Amino acid sequence: MRPLQILIDGFAISSLYALGATGFTLMFGVSGVLNLSHGAIMVVAAVIAWYVAGDLAAGPYWGALAGVATALAFAFITYRVIVRPIQNSPSIPREEKEIFVLTGTLLWGIMLQEAIAYLFTNNPKTVRPLITGVVEILGVRTPINEILTAALSWIAIGLLWLLVNRTRAGKALLAASINPRGLTLLGFELSRIYWLVWAIYGVLAGIAGVLLGAFLGVSSDNAGTLTASAFSIVVLGGLGSVSGSLIAAYVVGYLETLTAYTVAPSIRTLPVLLLLVAVVYVRPQGLLGRR
Amino acid sequence: MRLMRTSALTGAAFGLALAIPGLALAADPIKIGVIAETSAISGVAIPNGAKLAAEEINAAGGVNGRMIEIVEYDDHNSAADGVRAFQRAAQQDKVVAVIASYVSEVVLALEPWAGRLKMPMITPGAASNDITKRVHDDYDHMKYVFHGYLASTQIADAVCEGGKELLIKQLKMKTAVVMSEDAAWTIPLDEEYLKCLPAIGLKVLDHIRLSPDTTDFTPIFNKIEGLKPDVIITGISHVGVQPTVQWQQQQVPIPMYGVSSQATSSTFWKDTNGAAEGVIYNMVSAADVAVTPKTIPFAAAFQKKFGNVPGYAAYTSYDDVYMWANAIKAAGSTDPDKIVEAMEKTDYVGTIGRIQFLPKTDTFAHGMKIGPGYIAGLMVQWQKGNPITIWPTEAATGKATFPAFIKLPN
Repeated sequence: MRPLQILIDGFAISSLYALGATGFTLMFGVSGVLNLSHGAIMVVAAVIAWYVAGDLAAGPYWGALAGVATALAFAFITYRVIVRPIQNSPSIPREEKEIFVLTGTLLWGIMLQEAIAYLFTNNPKTVRPLITGVVEILGVRTPINEILTAALSWIAIGLLWLLVNRTRAGKALLAASINPRGLTLLGFELSRIYWLVWAIYGVLAGIAGVLLGAFLGVSSDNAGTLTASAFSIVVLGGLGSVSGSLIAAYVVGYLETLTAYTVAPSIRTLPVLLLLVAVVYVRPQGLLGRR
Repeated sequence: MRLMRTSALTGAAFGLALAIPGLALAADPIKIGVIAETSAISGVAIPNGAKLAAEEINAAGGVNGRMIEIVEYDDHNSAADGVRAFQRAAQQDKVVAVIASYVSEVVLALEPWAGRLKMPMITPGAASNDITKRVHDDYDHMKYVFHGYLASTQIADAVCEGGKELLIKQLKMKTAVVMSEDAAWTIPLDEEYLKCLPAIGLKVLDHIRLSPDTTDFTPIFNKIEGLKPDVIITGISHVGVQPTVQWQQQQVPIPMYGVSSQATSSTFWKDTNGAAEGVIYNMVSAADVAVTPKTIPFAAAFQKKFGNVPGYAAYTSYDDVYMWANAIKAAGSTDPDKIVEAMEKTDYVGTIGRIQFLPKTDTFAHGMKIGPGYIAGLMVQWQKGNPITIWPTEAATGKATFPAFIKLPN
């Protein structure tokens, strides 16, 4: 029963990690941006969903929608106000731009985190789940919300796959990650592709934030940890590789769950960090990294 | 030219102030510093409770004709920020007394500074036994510190006392698992739990200390459920919302009973989307029980002003402002030693009961006198969005009920 419990719990959390990391890695692959305000944007989505569903009494569906919409808005704001000015600035040398983007998004994330703590307190919020109740899976009592979390994560990832592989805009996105220069020569406007990738990112981070808020609950204090976990997954999977991130999300999710169940919940993230150090030593390009 | 005029003006003002010092002094407010983590539920209750008390005192004419002014500081739940705030309060803002924090780690860091800067200080919410132990061990230096809340050991005793009636007599429970967060205040709490629970007839099957950073409590509940205890005895303050919500979502069939500080505020019901239903927690006062004639009017005034039921540290910090004001009045001065002397003679009926401080010879020196007629514990349960007092029987406004997923013995 316990192995099955680990299997089920690990699957749910891993799926959520996968969803959270997908947008993060896609953005790096396409535009070379590592957005360190990632966790804060997820938290914003969850807190707004909680606020709209509860305080404004709009119900869980409108709450979830508002959360995702807010994440999308904040993704655009992050790009327009923080990232793009740095990328376009003539006074920052080209080779230092990545560092400036990292620092800029990191500080922006801290600002968002503090703003949430100020407006809504740093107490964890839990988004009302879309479906409540539990089902027995071979003797393991599983909240329906947990199954829903995994299912919705995979639906979102599936839709992303369709978008990237089956639409013209998606193909352009993929091309931009491989050869941005070639794409501009073909007459595509890179800036539009960047807007698209930020839009996709915002929606994915929003869904991940709302689901996390409904599954485990989210506090503004979690913003840093959420960024760190997305970052670890992406480094482990190979920077910019979406399929690498998906695999890495499951490695991280299961390793954490296994540790929490069999060793101690308090050192849950430790083995992942050790693994990360080992990966950096042995295979710095990550599981499926292109380098 | 402009600068010269300003300084001339300042000089004139100074001269005037020097000429009639009594007048200037009378107009000066008495400043009380309030240090707390204002982004936390339990933390923000502290300045809010204090401000309400100050408003009332000022409306009634103040202290010796002087108004009370609350100066707020945010310690961000950090001992370093707390100490900085304390130093600033004492040296720059010239407060005459401080009300500080619900976090034991912060209070323990401030305590030596209270001694060094001779700054009277009281904590409305921290619980570590060490707070009063230090006063007892080094009275001459630490006498400026008062403990305005129960010490962890006393809290554990109150929880056990309530358990005798609720868990053993009413619910026929036999076994328990202790689940506490890893923090300074829970060390003496757990120590006492492990002594007093078997004493009332509850066998402790396991003792789990969880990291305050935990976000996924599934493995913990899973482990506890595997041990099949009748009840989970909690000792949580930094965590609260997440374990409660996950407990409800996963339908863990075991009731939670004990200390859950976040549960003492009405925003807890909202933050957990009602998952708090059935959770039983300890308090010294509740909004629905007239612990003293002051309790319910205070809770009503607080709710009117701030829009939520006061958390546990709101009651105490409200009382603390009154006690400082009374001590300053009795001392007839803001000299710290005189304030401390007057504070030691406190016999004040506040919102949480009749408050007297224990003498320097007691192990809980400058802690509050506990027992019938003084400060006693209540056990309160969340029922349909309302905190309902279920123990002691004579104060109870309802009986314990549990959500359908809870399985009770027999």
